[in-house]
Amino acid sequence: MVYKLTLTLLTFLLIAPVVSAQETVAASVEATVGDPPMIDSSLIPAPPSDIKAVDTDNDHGHSITVTWELSADDGSGMNNVLSYEVFRWVPFLMDELDTLRVELARVAAEIDSVGRLTGELKDERAVIWAAIDDMADQMPEAHRMYPEGGEWRLLGKVASGVATYDDTGGKDRKVSDFIPDFSDLYFRVEAVTSDSAIRAASGVAGPVQSYGQWFNTGRTPVFIAFMFFGIMTVFFVIKARRGAELYVRPLAGIEAVDDAIGRATEMGRPILYVLGLGTAADVATIASFTILGRVAKRVAEYQTELIVPTYDPIVMSVAQEVVKSSFSDAGRPEDYNEDIVYFVTQLQFAYVAAVNGTMLRELPATNVYMGKFFAESLLLAETGALAGSIQIAGTDEIAQIPFFIVACDFTLIGEELYAASAYLGREPVLLGSLKAQDYAKAAMILLAIVGVVAAQFEWNWFIELFHVVD
Amino acid sequence: MDFGTFLWTSLAAFLTLGTFSFLYKDNPFYKIAEHLVTGVATGYFLIILWHNGLVPNLFQRLEDGNWYLLWLDSSRPLYLIPAILGVMMWTRFSKTWSWVSRWPMALYIGISAGVAVPVEMSARVNKQLYATMVAIDWNNFFGHGGFNLLDTTSGLSQVLIFVGAMSALIYFFFSKAHTGVFGGVATFGIWVLMIGFGASFGFTVMARISLFINRLQFIDDNWVQNAFNTVREPNPNWSGWFQAVFWVIMVLFIGYAVKEFVDYRKRVRSQTA
Repeated sequence: MVYKLTLTLLTFLLIAPVVSAQETVAASVEATVGDPPMIDSSLIPAPPSDIKAVDTDNDHGHSITVTWELSADDGSGMNNVLSYEVFRWVPFLMDELDTLRVELARVAAEIDSVGRLTGELKDERAVIWAAIDDMADQMPEAHRMYPEGGEWRLLGKVASGVATYDDTGGKDRKVSDFIPDFSDLYFRVEAVTSDSAIRAASGVAGPVQSYGQWFNTGRTPVFIAFMFFGIMTVFFVIKARRGAELYVRPLAGIEAVDDAIGRATEMGRPILYVLGLGTAADVATIASFTILGRVAKRVAEYQTELIVPTYDPIVMSVAQEVVKSSFSDAGRPEDYNEDIVYFVTQLQFAYVAAVNGTMLRELPATNVYMGKFFAESLLLAETGALAGSIQIAGTDEIAQIPFFIVACDFTLIGEELYAASAYLGREPVLLGSLKAQDYAKAAMILLAIVGVVAAQFEWNWFIELFHVVD
Repeated sequence: MDFGTFLWTSLAAFLTLGTFSFLYKDNPFYKIAEHLVTGVATGYFLIILWHNGLVPNLFQRLEDGNWYLLWLDSSRPLYLIPAILGVMMWTRFSKTWSWVSRWPMALYIGISAGVAVPVEMSARVNKQLYATMVAIDWNNFFGHGGFNLLDTTSGLSQVLIFVGAMSALIYFFFSKAHTGVFGGVATFGIWVLMIGFGASFGFTVMARISLFINRLQFIDDNWVQNAFNTVREPNPNWSGWFQAVFWVIMVLFIGYAVKEFVDYRKRVRSQTA
């Protein structure tokens, strides 16, 4: 009860000055309108016609697209149209909402200045939030009152020759450009000349409601490509599970891994495995986990030392799990040590400094760099070469591949990194997806050739089938 | 420049020289720089994570709830789900319960991969394919001005780009042996890739050299010239101290170099003997 009373009181206190101010403004506008400036009516351009307002396609709502036919005096006739101004009818309730937002910002600033949320501020903010929600819920009703209880507001301008305008607002009720969904909105366009007083207004377009779409039809080509690839993958995975022999061409970089582990064992030196700077969600890092699993298994079998310094805490956790299960698979769970995989830091060059130091102090026989790498790639690979280690690298970062090619003994280029995990794992899911990728590439080559021919003969309908609109 | 600022600049110069000394070999100066930057970076990121991650994205979103109700009365109780998942990661400290931490990890990787698939498909497949479908400009086949191989808008460039892209794609076929004509096209593809990598390498190395020059300029402008007042107004109160700090650092490096030289001579003598 007390809460509702406070809400009502606050709403009243906040709204009363606004309503009063609006009345004052309305009176002054009336006074101005009552005494219009002298305008030469022969200079008034033809108004924009055929105005239409529709919900903007393929979005999350809160946006309307307004279109119109250009004024007859835009580019022809008197040719005196300079721009178009787009207006929306806005209920006064929107101003009240704005006042509440200002109040909310004041409370937020106070919270910031205090440094913490006190009980009093907490209550005040809760009351304002509730008032904003309450008002936003009333928006559809307020818009249905058109043309009573509101006025036309300028949204923006477009240059002459342009006949479309997107009125895109915010989704959050607490932001100032909030446009309510499922509310009747009305629009109007005015052709404006160099003298802003000389203008011509279109008719009114509306009511129109904004709403979000479930599907972005502009991305249909992505969906089709995804479905094609998905079906191919499922087909080849089933085929691999039934025992079909799926050929994967040898990858020199991966075949070298076993030799490199053997070399490290003979020399009695450790193997350094670097997962790069990617997160656990990056495809390259995920592929690297598979390769790490294979390396860790061999390391456990040969009882060689493994060092895995990591950059990301989540990557560290996943890598620990991978290495741990590899040691178990090799029948040596007791040899697993949590310190094999450790966290260094999340600053790029600090990480490089630490790993480089490790390289020169531990003198690993083999360095394996698999994952996502950035500017640190050459620094790591050069130091490894200086330490006399055999180096095997793989990344899908195109800009870093040259450095690995220069400084490493074997490099997996781009997609070879993903193929490596399938090649090593020999799991039906990975082999099936690899085979599906090849078919997808073949389809792309074919479509690209047909596309170039289509472009030559201007069969634009064919090319547009592949156009993705975000 | 006041003495305090000069001391900090001297520390920066010392760390810069210490890092460069790695080009010779691992040494105590590099170790100081390495451990300092690693430790500072870890501490720095801990605070960043707290202030830019946990506080705005979790604590501030739940703060309108009450702790004795476990924040379930908050206006955004859904944020408790990631909070619980985060806490589950802490079970890694227990050998008995560490399996629980696999759940948030699985969820994180699964969601991220799911989000990445359509984005990658759109950016790396569909949009690339669409951009490849371009008509060859026969009217400007050899480039503007008659014959200009450097004209990237010429029809010849378009043909080269198209053939290069397709043959590079063929190189990445894994389920077919690279033999015969197919192998020849794949070899051409890897040549195209290598040319691209060479250009990229040169471009990046130039950028790195400019970074190196920038660092040398820092040492010269901000440190050496301040120490000896060669450009700026002399600072009579502190100039002696400035030079003292400069020489202390230089003596450290020169002393280490002399020690290394003596050690080297000793090693050579013992090997000869």
